[in-house]
Amino acid sequence: MSEKKKNFGMIIDTRVCVGCSACVYACKAENGIPEGYCRDWVVQETNGEFPALTMENRSERCQHCDNAPCVTYCPTGASHYDENGTVQINRSICTGCKACMAACPYDARYVHPDGFVDKCSLCKHRIEKGQKTACVSICPTDSLHLVDFDNMTTEDKAMLRGKNVYRQKEHAGTEPRLYWISASNKPGA
Amino acid sequence: MNHGTDFSRRDFIKISSLFLAGSAALSTLPSGIVSGLGNNPIEGKGEKIVYSFCEHCFWRCGIAVHVSNGRVTKITGSEYHPLSNGKLCPRGTGGTGLLYDPDRLAHPLIRERKGGKQYYRKASWDEAITAVAGGLYKIHEQYGPSSIAMIHHGFGVSFFKKMFSEIGVNKIAKPSYDLCCGPARQATVLTYGYPSGSPEGFDIKNSKYMIFFGTHFGENMHNTAVQEISEGIRRGAKIVVFDPRFSTLAGKAEHWLPIKPATDIAMMQAMMHVLITENLYDKAFVEEHTVGFDELWKEVKEMTPEKAAVITDISADAIRTVAREFAFHAPAAFVHSGRRTNWYGDALQRNRAILILNALVGNFKMPGGVVEFKTFPIPQPPHAQEHPAYEKEVHSKYPFFSQDSPSNTIASHEIVQQAISGEVKALFIYGVNLTETMTLGRQAALDALQKVDFSVAVDVLPAEVTGYVDVVLPECTYLERYDDLDNLIAFRKPFIALRQPAVPPMFDSRPGSEIAKMITDKWGLHGVFAPTVEAGLDKKLKLVGSSLEEIKKRGVLVMPETDLYRKPGEPLNLNTPSGKVELASAQLKAGGFDAVPKYTPHPEAPAGYYRMLTGRKPMLTFGRTANNRFLGDLATAQENEVWVNTAIAVQHQLTNGDYVHLKNQAGIESDFPVKVKVTQRIRQDAVYMVHGFGHTSKQLKWAYKRGASHNQLISKTDIDQAIGSVGFQNNFVTFVKEA
Repeated sequence: MSEKKKNFGMIIDTRVCVGCSACVYACKAENGIPEGYCRDWVVQETNGEFPALTMENRSERCQHCDNAPCVTYCPTGASHYDENGTVQINRSICTGCKACMAACPYDARYVHPDGFVDKCSLCKHRIEKGQKTACVSICPTDSLHLVDFDNMTTEDKAMLRGKNVYRQKEHAGTEPRLYWISASNKPGA
Repeated sequence: MNHGTDFSRRDFIKISSLFLAGSAALSTLPSGIVSGLGNNPIEGKGEKIVYSFCEHCFWRCGIAVHVSNGRVTKITGSEYHPLSNGKLCPRGTGGTGLLYDPDRLAHPLIRERKGGKQYYRKASWDEAITAVAGGLYKIHEQYGPSSIAMIHHGFGVSFFKKMFSEIGVNKIAKPSYDLCCGPARQATVLTYGYPSGSPEGFDIKNSKYMIFFGTHFGENMHNTAVQEISEGIRRGAKIVVFDPRFSTLAGKAEHWLPIKPATDIAMMQAMMHVLITENLYDKAFVEEHTVGFDELWKEVKEMTPEKAAVITDISADAIRTVAREFAFHAPAAFVHSGRRTNWYGDALQRNRAILILNALVGNFKMPGGVVEFKTFPIPQPPHAQEHPAYEKEVHSKYPFFSQDSPSNTIASHEIVQQAISGEVKALFIYGVNLTETMTLGRQAALDALQKVDFSVAVDVLPAEVTGYVDVVLPECTYLERYDDLDNLIAFRKPFIALRQPAVPPMFDSRPGSEIAKMITDKWGLHGVFAPTVEAGLDKKLKLVGSSLEEIKKRGVLVMPETDLYRKPGEPLNLNTPSGKVELASAQLKAGGFDAVPKYTPHPEAPAGYYRMLTGRKPMLTFGRTANNRFLGDLATAQENEVWVNTAIAVQHQLTNGDYVHLKNQAGIESDFPVKVKVTQRIRQDAVYMVHGFGHTSKQLKWAYKRGASHNQLISKTDIDQAIGSVGFQNNFVTFVKEA
């Protein structure tokens, strides 16, 4: 594992997300994802009984965990941490054994028709050039934010301040690096 | 049997796959490209970005088309265009799915009749143009210009409009007026004195309180509006949604009010009642800038919140709360008109009620309220030659039909009726799948297509309508052509946008600009169009001090933001008869219509039937994207569902995921089954299904048989007698389980 230069992850503001899937299509086009597969996806969760209903829309993907079970359980070292703090897959040594898929609590991976396991790379090829990920760039609601958690900007910090923010399945000890601003926050919170 | 009739009848022709892009595309293009799914994750060499604008909906966002080695790899939002701000909805990204659609029309086709059989013959462009120019000329000579009509949808139509203007043909219909935005447009003309378009004239960015009736932003991905609403949520703006369905927008609302469908006007009247009785309205504004307050009060006096509660199924307390909060936040508060504004026969009045509510709180041209966006003016270039004056400016019989829109001089259902009656002899159809547009139902459209002497379809895909015409002209997609300059959209920063080709036309398809020029040339009308489309655009751009070369770089010329707000003491000088906001309209009264909006009860569902409501999915624009494999790839995009309330599902013994046929009040049953979505998110008296599914055209290989057709279940339409728009929500359906 190389020395960490960055510590990338995302802050996702579900208050504004409309679940349009622009992020999914942008990723598919950017990363040439084969038909029938995607690296990110949209969840629309509704709770309650008519008419007392609540809704949260979320654009989900690999959580680029700090303590990633996929890396731990990968027998070949294909799944690994990279210097940007993201979790990557080295296709050439991936055997498609699916150990990582069984280990991932977020169901973030799929077997590519060409035989290797694939998932969100946090657009490694873009962030290395200083660009944002395809999904962040396209999002019409600005729900998605690429954040270097070791160098958080004032805006990054302001985004989280005073709000109900959670991470998914924290009990699994994975230290996921996607932070979710809950839809239960009042507007303008 | 009458032989002549038999002979002239147009059998539906299934266009042979040999005339479609299919096999050629599959064999010559790299894998993955057929559906527009790129297969190269890293930008290749020779990458260039072409700035243009989208055609997947009327919003027409700016796009950055990424081209690598001669093919479009991806489409992102243009950072220069005021409507996209670098962002894009899924449909914009999905342009590649249209460009590389293997079902595209690849060649001009001419209908042939031989030995009782009808078929399409692959034709050269010269043959096809000769047939079209000749067919139209003959009818023009014999019956005059008003025997020819054009029905159109899409920005590329401008060249055909100009082509027809040269021979005095001005019978032109845009179905989107009838079905979608007409009432909002005309209500604004009658109330505020100017037409409203999209983006609708509301200052979302600066608003503190936004009320929406039924319109479902987020499911209709009107990019800039969704961007501004999101910004509003971050800022702390409150959202109120009246909708029988818990829409995505309702999911973000401070108040979701599941109003009984078809009762909006009663609700709006009750809100006016509260504003007036509780002295919450802006008296100074009403006194100074409006007419008809007394007449309005007389009409809404009886509509107490208690009375409205019975009608709308929303409590009187909730009605008072919303009205009070609306007034409290005004003028930085508005009731939004929405875009598809045509629901019942009283759509004009429903939209007038919205505009009146806004006027009562004095939000007219105030920050966060109602605003009038401006367009980028281009001086009209001098005509190349004299041409006959239009025989008539407006052909519609409806007295308050749009009078100021040259691309829309008659309702599309009037053309359909005139084609059936024989008044219209030739139909020129640009980008409209007539059988599936909800204009007077499918049968009327088929009758019209059968009856005319001559018909032409210009299209990209083999939509069903292309099987019923005499000549099919394959246009290339918006990614392969220049179109006219887009300065038609009014927004904060007025702009001129350029559509330019990212790649050359595929197969034997041609741009509309070229097709229209070939037709006028064939008529012997030379010089109607500039020698090349580029030269024409450049000439126009020179009139505003720019050039084609300059605009090509960013795809857009942008003016500084205009001042949207009125100044204290300034007269409004509106273009209404009174010069003021017309709460009561003397014009409407003189025409025999209600001067102020009245609530009229609409038909109720028969027992066991449910009102059929409709809307969109965020990644689709009805027929425009129905066959788009790239967009169709997501599970949520692949079919429509019928939303059924949980209690109703129990009554009909339906479980989530079941497939049922739907049957309407007239006994019409959907051709294809539709998946049931059992949900708490809809009232018990209504069901909901997204429009634009259940296609019957087998040539649309992807779209065929996916979901059920909403259009098919419309057998009752309610035409607004003032403006000619068509409401279709007085249709009710029940469930027929698969045997």
